[in-house]
Amino acid sequence: MKLVTAVIKPHKWEDVREALETFGVTGMTVSEVSGYGRQKGHTEVYRGAEYDIALVPKIRIEIVVDDADAEDVVGIVVKTAQTGRIGDGKVWVSPVETVVRVRTGDTGEAAV
Amino acid sequence: MDGYYAFMLIATAFVLMMTVPALALFYGGMSRSKSVLNMMMMSFIAAAIVGILYVAVGWSMGFGGEGTIFANPFELLWLDGVTTDNYIYVMFQMTFAIITVALISGAVADRLKFSAWLVFVPLWAVIVYFPMAHMVFSCTDDSLICGRIGAQDYAGGTAVHINAGVAALVLVLLLGKRIGWPKDQMRPHNLTLTMLGAGMLWLGWYGFNVGSIVFGTTFDEDPDAFLSQFYSETGRTFANTTLATFAAILGWLLIERLLHGKATSLGAASGIVAGLVAITPAAGAVDIEGAVAIGLIAGAVCSWAVGLKYKLGYDDSLDVVGVHLVGGIVGTVLIGLFSTANGAGGIDGLFYGGGFGSLGDQSLGVLVAVVYSGVLTAVIALAIKYTIGLRLDEEDEVNGIDLAEHGESAYDLHTASSGGGTGILAGSTSSISSTEGANA
Repeated sequence: MKLVTAVIKPHKWEDVREALETFGVTGMTVSEVSGYGRQKGHTEVYRGAEYDIALVPKIRIEIVVDDADAEDVVGIVVKTAQTGRIGDGKVWVSPVETVVRVRTGDTGEAAV
Repeated sequence: MDGYYAFMLIATAFVLMMTVPALALFYGGMSRSKSVLNMMMMSFIAAAIVGILYVAVGWSMGFGGEGTIFANPFELLWLDGVTTDNYIYVMFQMTFAIITVALISGAVADRLKFSAWLVFVPLWAVIVYFPMAHMVFSCTDDSLICGRIGAQDYAGGTAVHINAGVAALVLVLLLGKRIGWPKDQMRPHNLTLTMLGAGMLWLGWYGFNVGSIVFGTTFDEDPDAFLSQFYSETGRTFANTTLATFAAILGWLLIERLLHGKATSLGAASGIVAGLVAITPAAGAVDIEGAVAIGLIAGAVCSWAVGLKYKLGYDDSLDVVGVHLVGGIVGTVLIGLFSTANGAGGIDGLFYGGGFGSLGDQSLGVLVAVVYSGVLTAVIALAIKYTIGLRLDEEDEVNGIDLAEHGESAYDLHTASSGGGTGILAGSTSSISSTEGANA
């Protein structure tokens, strides 16, 4: 099993969710996060005082999938979240040792 | 006469609304989220303390008779000798005392001990504001600014705005900068509150300026002259207040756009207040052209002046100096140029063929207000600094003055989740604190 983590632009979140649902992904964990990459932040001005706002709001999506689906899921996220402009985000895949479904106690791929 | 009385009831309520809640909202939105409650509380508590003090001695010190600096505080002590049909005029002046003291609070955000504010407020009201109100508003023959110097101040450019602005400057110089200022980010935490507050201040200001009419005769002596002055002067002050504010929004945004590249919502809100401040002394003295000019100049100058604190290094947190001191001086001095003999004061300024006389009187009035307020505020602040202290503990300042001084936080941010947060985490927090509450 793999954990796919994607950090994307907030306005792309609905598109990504729909595309993943169409593909067959049944669940995910989503959080509002902030951070920055190469794009850095932006500048705001309040009564002449300029503030460098380093952190940009992003959506983080976490999905646990079967090994076989990981590549497709990554592909869907990249395809849907892409705008071509700086700050589109990142997707990465990491191995998962164990998954347990809390309701039934099922483990492994049955729990995904 | 009935109409005037009914109007004063409303005007008085409007001016009280300027402090509670308009100024509290205006300042609160510009504060950081960890100190918004303290910022608002400084206005609320100033209303409570100054309001009672005003009835006790303030009215008497202001309007109890002759005096260069102040009138006899015991003449009308606790309104002894004032009939109830005159109470509304006491209440009207009371609301001015309240907002003047509350204005100062914007300078000391995040770091002034609440206990120090509780001591500063009554001392400053009695020693600085009540005498200043006598010098400007009572206008007895020997009163310093109005009677002797003859400076025009319709509704309080000197007594309210310059007075509070100077006090704010002196207080922050003795209080010191916030930890991390100006390096750390101290952005306004909720500009929608500030925009709302600015709009409510504007509404209240019609009570403030238009309600400040002083009649040349009584209704019983000369009904025609009384009503004629009532109609024409309230129209003038209402229009001037409105037009100066419009112009100041434009003036502020223009300079902001030129200096910093963007026209901001905080700039519009600040322009509103700067324009209202500047037209306060001039509302009765100028024509509508003069009002537009004063508003435009005040908006532009204040937009530039709020940057001075970074150059000079004083942490006037919410720009009481940049808006109220500078705006108050601009409005008071410009009367010397734009005053017209058709206005309430009957004096022509420089641009209306009156020469430099009015400009000199206005400047001298400003100087007296600055020196009087500056010196006595310093005495009061130093006395507090070396007795109970002005400054909050460093740790409390970093954690937030709301928590340290009031035991509250303005916002529940424990579950800042995306849509549909369950509030479960917030729930467990509150049950812990209620247990603590039961133990205490």
